[in-house]
Amino acid sequence: MTAGRSRVAFVAFAFGALALYPLVAEDYGMDLVTKIMIYALFALSLELLVGSTGLVCFGQAAFFGIGAYAAVLLSPKYDAAPLLWLMPASMGVAAAYALFMGALSLRTRGVYFIMVTLAFAQMAFYVIHDTPLGGGTDGIYLTAKPVLAIGGATLLDLDNSRVIYGFTLACLVAVFGGLALLLRSRFGRALAGIRVNEQRMRATGFSTYPYKLAAFVVSGAIGGLAGFLFAVKDGFVNPEMLGWHQSGAVLIMIILGGLGHLRGALIGAFAFVLLQELFMSEAVFGAFARHWHLGLGLTIIASVALLPRGLVGIPAQVRERLFGRRVGRPFGARGSPGTEARNGRL
Amino acid sequence: MDGSDVLLRAHAVTRRWGGLVAVDRVSLALERGTVHAVIGTNGAGKSTLINILSGEIAPSDGRVELLGQDVTGWSQPRRARAGLGRSYQRNTIYPSFSVLENCRLAAQARHQKPWQWWTDAKRCEASVAAAHAAAQRAGLDDLLDRVAGLLSHGQKRQLEIAMCLATAPKVLLLDEPLAGMGAEETDRMLALLADLKAAHAILLVEHDMDAVFRVADRITVMVNGAVLASDSPEAVRSSPEVQAAYLGGH
Repeated sequence: MTAGRSRVAFVAFAFGALALYPLVAEDYGMDLVTKIMIYALFALSLELLVGSTGLVCFGQAAFFGIGAYAAVLLSPKYDAAPLLWLMPASMGVAAAYALFMGALSLRTRGVYFIMVTLAFAQMAFYVIHDTPLGGGTDGIYLTAKPVLAIGGATLLDLDNSRVIYGFTLACLVAVFGGLALLLRSRFGRALAGIRVNEQRMRATGFSTYPYKLAAFVVSGAIGGLAGFLFAVKDGFVNPEMLGWHQSGAVLIMIILGGLGHLRGALIGAFAFVLLQELFMSEAVFGAFARHWHLGLGLTIIASVALLPRGLVGIPAQVRERLFGRRVGRPFGARGSPGTEARNGRL
Repeated sequence: MDGSDVLLRAHAVTRRWGGLVAVDRVSLALERGTVHAVIGTNGAGKSTLINILSGEIAPSDGRVELLGQDVTGWSQPRRARAGLGRSYQRNTIYPSFSVLENCRLAAQARHQKPWQWWTDAKRCEASVAAAHAAAQRAGLDDLLDRVAGLLSHGQKRQLEIAMCLATAPKVLLLDEPLAGMGAEETDRMLALLADLKAAHAILLVEHDMDAVFRVADRITVMVNGAVLASDSPEAVRSSPEVQAAYLGGH
């Protein structure tokens, strides 16, 4: 089996398992996995910027939070909003903020870019936190969840946790598939070129700024979708969703999973949330569970030190350990050269 | 009326960095069918000149014309799409991509269509064909699947040229393409340049004097950012000024 096929098989297996999970799951598990899938979507949005384009954005929470707040603020006070309107609208508001944020921040580079994106996200945070618009620290409730209805018949009622689970999974599969297509297209290859050597891209005739801005807007829309789903799942939003902790957490997810691979975002989101649950569990850690940040932090430091290519890289690392075959990795390359040289990266 | 074969023309281009004048009122014309070498000591402003011509840095003064059009205000990508190709002194390739993908991505600049996100880039026939042709021309057709970062130094220099050719340029600005090359690789590169000049105007910045005198049709000598002499190789070789300033009795 080639590496490409085994990657497709892994992804198909993972989505298959997620599709079958509701048959055996209890309410707690359903809610947890829904949350993880939402974070996986959020992580995919950042992977497009960091792993695929080489833009380390430290303000991704802005898109998540804005998508979530838009879902609540654009809903009528007591009635359910139509899903087909509310979802694109929430994504659109997040994408619009991404356009604004990208248009200005993409004029900077390196560490300044990281700081400017953080500043834009904090700006959004304070607007939500300190103005009457967002209900302040307490957040706001979403009283009626959106529905998909045609004529009088309700097709999807997102008040039901199983429906939310299925809908989130469908969104995740669609976004994952869409991004996989995108990355092997000419647009995606141009983004990869920008990540590896932007100077050369400009010298060969690519105006790189519009490419990066387009990636930013797509990323913002996906981040907004994740936020929208989160708001619908919990029926509640608060300013924490836009906080820099959130931007940091999603960055850790994709690093933990393995940068440069879409499935890294998926694996990273699962690993991060499950580790968090583990260290917060009093059944396992007793009183120490109060200090779960410490356990989580140490685990992440250890895994970054021991797994430089992330969880995605474990099979390759094991193979190299067993067979002693170290494939030369050119400086500045991400992933094994064989993977990168081929076109599609799942 | 200028000769119609002048593809790139610089009019008194100047670049000042604060008090330092890196390039001082340099004028030159690149014609189709000629290799125009620019020589000079380190710090003479050769690379800065290439950067100005290619649009990587803006001149403080002066004008650049590409195919008869004033392109001074154009961005580097726009000049590249209009037919200005350049290679870099340090290898500036995509080390993690295959040789073919390095060339294909360069060729894609002519067929960008970024909105076609459902089409596999490998199915972009125009860019794949251009990549194959460029790689073959540069002598890399046996190494298409090799990861570019694993190539030898000389092969990377060849890849630089292949990537440049893949964009179908009319003017080539080559910054030390022979740096670090062995004798055999140098011969092959010079043969390639001689072959390319029929259809291209070539500017060659090079330190290897033997190579320059073998291939150049015209030589411009730069000292401290300014042009000291610009003439045929024989005239440059015998000029006492040039000998005093640079060649050391070559």
